[in-house]
Amino acid sequence: MSPQKQATFRIWRGDRLGGEFRDYTAGVSEGMVVLDAVNHIQATQANDLACRWNCKAGKCGSCSAEINGLPKLMCMTRLSDLPLDQPVTVQPMKAFPAIKDLITDVSWNFRVKKNIKPFKPRSPDAPDGTWRMAQADIDRVQEFRKCIECFLCQDVCHVLRDHQKHEQFTGPRYLIYVAALEMHPLDTEDRIDELRNTQGIGYCNITKCCTKVCPESIQITDNAIIPLKERVVDRFYDPFGWIWRWMKKKSDRQSPNAVKR
Amino acid sequence: MPEYETFQHDVLVIGSGGAGLRAAIEASAAGVSVGMVCKCLLGKAHTVMAEGGIAAALANVDDRDNWKVHFADTMRGGQYVNQWRMAELHAKEAPDRVRELEAWGAVFDRTKDGRILQRNFGGHKYPRLAHVGDRTGLEMIRTLQDHGVHQGIDVHMEICILALVTDGGRISGAFGYDRERGRFKIFRAKAIILATGGIGKAYKITSNSWDCTGDGHSLAYHAGAELIDMEFIQFHPTGMVWPPSVSGMLVTEGVRGEGGILTNADGKRFMFDFIPDNYKAQTADNEEEGWRYTQGDKNARRPPDLLTRDHVARCIVREIKEGRGTPHGGVYLDISWIKKRIPNAEEHIKRKLPSMYHQFKALGDVDITKEPMEVGPTTHYIMGGVHVNADTQMSDVPGLFAAGECAAGINGANRLGGNSLSDLIVFGKRAGEFAAKFAKENQHGKIDNDKIDVYAREALEPFENSAGENPYSVQRDLQEVMQHNVGIVRDEGEMRSALDHLKTFWERVGRVGVIGNRDFNPGWHTALDLKNLLTVSEAITRAALERKESRGAQFREDYLEKGERFSKVNTMIRKAADGTMEVRLAPLPEMPDYLKQIIEENK
Repeated sequence: MSPQKQATFRIWRGDRLGGEFRDYTAGVSEGMVVLDAVNHIQATQANDLACRWNCKAGKCGSCSAEINGLPKLMCMTRLSDLPLDQPVTVQPMKAFPAIKDLITDVSWNFRVKKNIKPFKPRSPDAPDGTWRMAQADIDRVQEFRKCIECFLCQDVCHVLRDHQKHEQFTGPRYLIYVAALEMHPLDTEDRIDELRNTQGIGYCNITKCCTKVCPESIQITDNAIIPLKERVVDRFYDPFGWIWRWMKKKSDRQSPNAVKR
Repeated sequence: MPEYETFQHDVLVIGSGGAGLRAAIEASAAGVSVGMVCKCLLGKAHTVMAEGGIAAALANVDDRDNWKVHFADTMRGGQYVNQWRMAELHAKEAPDRVRELEAWGAVFDRTKDGRILQRNFGGHKYPRLAHVGDRTGLEMIRTLQDHGVHQGIDVHMEICILALVTDGGRISGAFGYDRERGRFKIFRAKAIILATGGIGKAYKITSNSWDCTGDGHSLAYHAGAELIDMEFIQFHPTGMVWPPSVSGMLVTEGVRGEGGILTNADGKRFMFDFIPDNYKAQTADNEEEGWRYTQGDKNARRPPDLLTRDHVARCIVREIKEGRGTPHGGVYLDISWIKKRIPNAEEHIKRKLPSMYHQFKALGDVDITKEPMEVGPTTHYIMGGVHVNADTQMSDVPGLFAAGECAAGINGANRLGGNSLSDLIVFGKRAGEFAAKFAKENQHGKIDNDKIDVYAREALEPFENSAGENPYSVQRDLQEVMQHNVGIVRDEGEMRSALDHLKTFWERVGRVGVIGNRDFNPGWHTALDLKNLLTVSEAITRAALERKESRGAQFREDYLEKGERFSKVNTMIRKAADGTMEVRLAPLPEMPDYLKQIIEENK
């Protein structure tokens, strides 16, 4: 047997206060991914090396990191796709505060999501309490629901990464979440006002960086964000629509059966 | 004693997968305060890995289906040592639980008339699995998560529980640490629901992730609860075998449900060679009929590739052992062949099995629309777990409930694919309902501070021992022993030797050391998980020794046949007063006549 090929992994070690890159060497075998190397280093050389991972199959979205500077899932990044004649750098996502080593504080994402109005279905279509939906009408929603919440799109989005607009902008992940709700055939809720006013969809200038890093290949910009932007435009910036709604409101006000909205 | 941060909830749920989330939602709806502890981040639990679907007799695709057939299928699959009442409740309630998910926003694949689509799966007589492509688990956990966060549940992420606390025999709380800072926490609760999932990490080759370390099994055992059926471990027949870094990763049974076939190195469909007698009447005896079944022909019988997982796994092991395996030690699973049968096969495969296509393409350089996959058995699921009351899910420790994989009874000796996701929501709901009821009827118990101090001291011991043994080495050696000595094929000698090994592992656990500090330190976490892994490994081995027969997932080379004596008993495990593990055989609960009749009618 020929001696095993070796590679150098330059892994960021540190905590909230700061840190540095440290080099580790690990053997490379066929089919290996970056997470295998990190786990191997953890088990044999640095037991306290912190990283998140669960499924190791690209389905849970836990092992997000920046590999050679690019946001990726460690479990889906094959070493055979990287130049191993130079060190493989592995560092935590930059858009979120550091906790330790490869782990960041992603709790902001969970808070943002909780503020989005939940699913509100129309009354059931059938007496047994069930609904009817055509497959063609749910294909798009199913695309968005493939999201594994790895937050790589949040990490790469310059509005969050470079401009730190976490208070004004929810990021691509939550725009596709809103899109999945808004385009759900059964949903009756209206989230257009918040999209403009609190979720900051206007900050997105469709550079498509999010789409490029999505491990599920969701067409975030084209299929979710742009259609949502169109809905916001229709609501707030279309003069004819604006006049029509104003007239409708007026007639509603004058109607004796007006329902308070 | 040092001051520990203390939380107080009426009901505490430990685990945040499908069962934990469903339980928390139900308990919260009953008007009690609910806390949920997750070992990882919310929405990352192992439920996301479930692929094929949720078994429920909705009868959307085949109107001959109903709860009775589902019940009979589940009992047959479990070789009749299931707790009949759990199997009955599960079959009856699963359809409502699935429809409820739709009302909470789940988007299942549809039939032509717009209803929830169902697919074929091993051991299910009719197409029964509601699904979303091959990512049904993700859909379930996301639906429950997104619904759950609006129900007033306090979610504590990245917390590990080290011990349950009892007061005069009833549950009073739990003690653990947060992974981020390593700080100890006390959770006072009137009722606790264990929903911690499986034990796959006791084995070397597994589809389970790092956190499936049998925590709930072990916590319950050490708190005095009884475990049942621990010998029954499901080895899923189709895990990836190549490349090494992904060996064990799950390949969904949905591949075979969609028409995929198993062949050996000679290109032979070996599954036709051995069809067990109790499945002969409902299994196709030729390839043509099997194909028609997968394409929805109601008059066709299912192909033997879709027999129960225990049987398929053993057939695969036999092919490999007898020299008809693939170059990397598996067999072939081929879905690409369907291009001979249907137009646009490539698109069809990508649409029906998108994750599988992606997984093999990205990790194995295999295009499953063009070539066969190489697969072999992988440790997937434990049928055994905390012995609970079928209706309430309460263990024999008052106030301690369990649901999902860490509870047991519904599956008997072998679980049917798809019955796990439905188990999570059916019994998650019941556990939540009855834990809330228990909390309303009882006061908080006392927390014994002296005991807490002992737990805390024990947990910190590895830090005093920084030159001690690497915890990962102990874990690896344990996984090797369980894989080889208490795996798919078992015998007395090997299992006795496993017990000797386990003894030395317990000694080594006492000597492990960790480096670094308490901040997010995986070495320390691994050291603490070892106690759980060793407890469940010992329980599995002792139960497997006691069951001197082959049944379902338990295959013993020294007892090849089913034993009459063992058809009427479950193995029970409990911690004896002297701290040793006690095993006994308990008679199965007597099944009422109306259920016996259903089984007879569906033979």
